[in-house]
Amino acid sequence: MSKHASYWKANLRLVLGCLVVWFLASFVFGILLAEQLNSIRLGGYKLGFWFSQQGSIYIFVALTFFYAWRANKLDHEFGVRED
Amino acid sequence: MDLQTLTYVVVGATFALYIGIAIWARAKSTSDFYVAGKGIPPVLNGMATAADWMSAASFISMAGLIAFYGYGGSVFLMGWTGGYVLLAMLLAPYLRKYGKFTVPEFIGDRYYGKSARILAVICLIIASVTYVIGQMKGIGVAFSRFLETDYDTGLYIGMGIVFIYAVMGGMKGITYTQIAQYCVLIFAYTVPAVFISMHLTGNPIPQLGLGSKMADGSGMFLLDKLDETLKGLGFAEYTTNARLSTFNMFVYTMSLMIGTAGLPHVIMRFFTVPRVRDARASAGWALVFIALLYTVAPAVGAMARMNLMDTIQPAPGQWLEVEQRPQWFKNWEKTGLLKFEDKNGDGRIQYVADPEKNEMVKVDRDIMVLANPEIAKLPNWVVALVVAGGLAAALSTAAGLLLAISSSISHDLLKGVFTPNISEKSELMASRVAMAGAIAAAGYLGLHPPDFAAGTVALAFGLAASSIFPALMMGIFSKRMNKQGAMAGMLVGIGITLFYVFQHKGIFFIADWKYLQSWGSNWFLGIEPNAFGAIGAVFNFTVAFLVSRVTAPPPEHIQHMVEDIRVPAGAGDAAGH
Repeated sequence: MSKHASYWKANLRLVLGCLVVWFLASFVFGILLAEQLNSIRLGGYKLGFWFSQQGSIYIFVALTFFYAWRANKLDHEFGVRED
Repeated sequence: MDLQTLTYVVVGATFALYIGIAIWARAKSTSDFYVAGKGIPPVLNGMATAADWMSAASFISMAGLIAFYGYGGSVFLMGWTGGYVLLAMLLAPYLRKYGKFTVPEFIGDRYYGKSARILAVICLIIASVTYVIGQMKGIGVAFSRFLETDYDTGLYIGMGIVFIYAVMGGMKGITYTQIAQYCVLIFAYTVPAVFISMHLTGNPIPQLGLGSKMADGSGMFLLDKLDETLKGLGFAEYTTNARLSTFNMFVYTMSLMIGTAGLPHVIMRFFTVPRVRDARASAGWALVFIALLYTVAPAVGAMARMNLMDTIQPAPGQWLEVEQRPQWFKNWEKTGLLKFEDKNGDGRIQYVADPEKNEMVKVDRDIMVLANPEIAKLPNWVVALVVAGGLAAALSTAAGLLLAISSSISHDLLKGVFTPNISEKSELMASRVAMAGAIAAAGYLGLHPPDFAAGTVALAFGLAASSIFPALMMGIFSKRMNKQGAMAGMLVGIGITLFYVFQHKGIFFIADWKYLQSWGSNWFLGIEPNAFGAIGAVFNFTVAFLVSRVTAPPPEHIQHMVEDIRVPAGAGDAAGH
């Protein structure tokens, strides 16, 4: 397989992994399982409510930087970095 | 100094700042006008993107909607932040690598033809104009309160200011101005939240205050107290009140997320960074600056609701006397956005869930953030600051959107399709005329907006989600996707979404032009029209896939182009021609 094709494959794996976390943090913990998680408390927050109004946002921020860091590393590894 | 004068001073000072920056960084060429040129570092670009992004819907409207929807308001919080994750991973780096000015330009090249480009322009204009209507609602609310006039007059004045502001600038001016606007709006949003959080819970950090105990000695958590108060009056419980249904919330959130990644004025920002890796970093920084406001918003919402309930019902069972109602209450009555009616004639205002007995007959959700500091009895300078912040948010987004609309008309339609030999000067002129037209149309429709500001904006996201996002994503991730597939997908996606939205809200959002009302509301699986974009996107993807499989694959050079944009190496500067 060519260098570019394997770079693209590695990139897709990275994106897919990040999207799983993205989906869990918002749709699963914040919506689908919110009712169940609400029986757990985080201070004055019910946990499902916390995920939907606070936690998911913190996770999104971390995830975007993680992706940028990993993708830049991939560019290096496969020698496809600009300049 | 009285509030009115102080507001003039603060709003005037911030406006002078923006105009000063706009003149200093005036656009001199079409390239300056559309993208800011190179050399804007990711942190600053992220800040400008955040200001561009956070509109009247985020600043003025969202916390007010959360205050009344409670948990259901989470769709806005997750939807309008989670979309950045998609944008950062699925679109931004590749579109930067491609390196053109506008979204239709990419679609036209990727799907090899002018017809694809024209279709993209149409989708873009429909979504963006809807978005501007939402801004106009927010601007109208802010100006009507600030100038103490009715809503319509506030809207007309706002239209005039947006016009002067957006037509003068261009992307370069806008980028620097937006950095200043971000600073104003985040300061204006956070300061009252810190005061109120401190006052209610003793914790100055709103994100923590929302999860803290009340400082009134009751020992109860703030959210528990709010739940209890609301339930006692027959309202739904704050922390568990889902928006219509779990499924509707799921679809609503999805629609806002993919809409985020499909809105041209945001995508355009990533054309302005120097390198592919800056596009990745810019998305991250933008999200940091957005999260600063979005994690405070739920605290603002819950605390505003709490203070409102406490004002109307100072002690259990003891309602506010009509004669005793505070000044802010009277001021908002003038705008027509707040109304009470003493139905039982007892000289007091009852505020309960039962519509028969409820005497707060109109509480426009969009007034909550602006009224919040006054309800909490904060000093006048904070109130003035919030008005200035709200205007900063509305203006920065309106300007960015108008730029996307005007560039798609002058650059994509005129220069790209109909009159390729147009001079730079005429192109700039045409784009300014297009801006003026868009302001007039959006302002007119803003007189009777289809929803609260954030709801109207949600409709715009649905339209972008159902049309532009799938075409862009498949253009990058599927080499097999061809012109026929993408165009059929866009047509079906936006068509079906418009059909559903207009059936509920009226054609072009004119309420008299509703149709098929016998079908009822939310008839498709209980989904509300604001959330329908995700369904439109599913149709778009499906139709595009099926059509592309039975038609010829895209030509060789297009497949090479797709391979090329997937790899960062070799990205040149953004170029228009």
